[in-house]
Amino acid sequence: MKRRTALKFAAALALTTSLATGAVCAETIKIGAAAPKTGPLAGGAAVSQWPNVTLWAAQVNERGGLNVGGTMMPVEIIEYDDQTNPGETIKAIQRLATQDEVNFIVSPYGTGLVVAAAPIFARYGYPLIAVSAITDQQPALSKQFPDMFFTLGTTSALAEDTVKILTDMREAGQLGNKIAMVNVADAFGIELADVARGKFNEAGFEIVYDSSYPLGTQDLSPVIKGAKAAAPDAYVAWSYPPDTFALTEQAVIEDLQVQAFYTAVATPFPAFGARFGAAANGVMGPGGVNVDDARFQEYAKAHEAVTGAKPDFWASATTYASLEIFEQSIEAVGLDRKAVADHLRTGTFDTVLGPISFDENNNNQAFWTVGQWQDGVFKGVASRNRDGSVPVILKDGWQ
Amino acid sequence: MDILITGLLLGGTYALIAMGLNLQYGVARIMNLANGEMLVAGGFAAFWMYTAGQISPFLTIFLLAPLTFVLNWLIYRIMLQPLVKRAKSRGQLETDSILATFGLSFVMVGLMLSVFGGDYFNYSYLARPIVIVGDTFALNRVAAFLAAVVICGALYLWLNHSRAGLSIRAIAVAPDSARLVGINVTHLAALAFGLGGAVTAVGGALLSTYLTLDASTGVIFTLKALIIVIMGGVGDVRGTIIAALLLGIVETLVASLLDPGLTLAAAYTLFILILLFRPQGLCGKKPT
Repeated sequence: MKRRTALKFAAALALTTSLATGAVCAETIKIGAAAPKTGPLAGGAAVSQWPNVTLWAAQVNERGGLNVGGTMMPVEIIEYDDQTNPGETIKAIQRLATQDEVNFIVSPYGTGLVVAAAPIFARYGYPLIAVSAITDQQPALSKQFPDMFFTLGTTSALAEDTVKILTDMREAGQLGNKIAMVNVADAFGIELADVARGKFNEAGFEIVYDSSYPLGTQDLSPVIKGAKAAAPDAYVAWSYPPDTFALTEQAVIEDLQVQAFYTAVATPFPAFGARFGAAANGVMGPGGVNVDDARFQEYAKAHEAVTGAKPDFWASATTYASLEIFEQSIEAVGLDRKAVADHLRTGTFDTVLGPISFDENNNNQAFWTVGQWQDGVFKGVASRNRDGSVPVILKDGWQ
Repeated sequence: MDILITGLLLGGTYALIAMGLNLQYGVARIMNLANGEMLVAGGFAAFWMYTAGQISPFLTIFLLAPLTFVLNWLIYRIMLQPLVKRAKSRGQLETDSILATFGLSFVMVGLMLSVFGGDYFNYSYLARPIVIVGDTFALNRVAAFLAAVVICGALYLWLNHSRAGLSIRAIAVAPDSARLVGINVTHLAALAFGLGGAVTAVGGALLSTYLTLDASTGVIFTLKALIIVIMGGVGDVRGTIIAALLLGIVETLVASLLDPGLTLAAAYTLFILILLFRPQGLCGKKPT
């Protein structure tokens, strides 16, 4: 019994000492991050989310840390895998807030997971700069959670600008009037297809093939064959990563002849360009960046040097920008979370994408909407309030 | 005709996914929930060999098969045999093995994450059109289908015409009586488990020529394999083949004639119908 008490005492002592030492070197800023490392969204998070957290922390610490009221404080990242499960995201955020007592938390990854975690961020008073969360519910969400901010745009903007690009091509006489559209039967695909369907009809397009397929379908050749039989002029797929690759491969095999070919998530991934090479030329997708911009090129170089992988041409730079926003806000007003949130509302931030500020709905009004593979890079062809978009090219076969 | 061939090709894919599990579950009596992870690992190996050394997945499988056979044999001997020994009934073994292999699946996902990262991986191999009776198909799918035919055919012949194969079937039918007629059940169960793992990994390597995989997609394949094995009848190679082809054709029929959105519904309707009218599976034996 005595020995046990002694042990307990020793343990308590060790704990206090470690806490005390922890307090002594509490000059670090703790940043929490919870996003998928496993589960359906892990592949996307491994490209767009995690490398940017790593890169940003490495760069900040290389500079000696963040300047908080004259003291340089290095950042420490605490990472959790949420297994692409909203329940786990909520638990992880709770843990970061209450047990790890982090100073700030990076946004989770994926619309559903971010929205699920928003109330927890609000309850513990953490500002949330959402990146990979695209929804038209932004005004309602920011009203309910005043410290929640959005950076990557809205569903409507993505769909509208895609329709607009095709309309412009038609007006220029480059494109016929027939559209084939498919979507993955999932919140993301359904929402985008609904908006796009309305806009296509409004613009006077004829939708000759309109269909959906379940997530995880292992053979998408019927989807491409069905579309091909309808002889469309443009093909638009609101797809998720494994199907984005599969649909494009089937289009190559079936030699689907269209003047415009659009697939969604993962089209801006470097892996897409690597996979399809010259056949990717002319394929359109969401996002895009100004690849000629020096800041982006510098960022892409650092990304590859630190993480060993290239950034994608959409959410990667925005994720990095969201961390730059935190950085600038912390350096401006310190570690007080309320002050940072207020600063986010009013400030303008100088990021890798250019200046970012938030409107009355906490929404960033300057973002890319459509990109296109042109000669091995995914260039922005349409944006809201961003400079540097290039003219769209016709999809010219699959050679 | 187009639909039939597309369906058959998809059925070949499904047969590759499910055949290994059938051997493991039907013979070794291990409900292996890490089956999908073994498949993804096989895909990773093929991907790595192809991108690093331009080695065709159809050559990689000859290296992969013995390697994964030994690996799975060891998994059975070290991890699962103690469970088999201590299990008092078949039910208990099933519960224990489900829990153990469920854990194993997490270990494998973690290992693959740390070795390969969480990124999607795929590569272009035989992604060319081939014309069969007037319609175009993907050459990589056709090649994988032919490989599936060879693998399933070889397994069928081996199980029906070799001494070891017949003994394995004996275990599948009546493990207790098999022991009485001098069959070394422990030894052969380990063999069947290893073989099942090797078939799954080879299937993964073939599938990786046209599917996009990542470290955590395994569970999708485990589920599909489970459905097919149960539909076909546990422990019967013919049943698995028929169920896989049937599922492929039904899904393609529905996708082409009705709506691609209904494929999942069609697959599960078929599953329910078979469970209702032939609960032992298409080729399964009625429990006596």
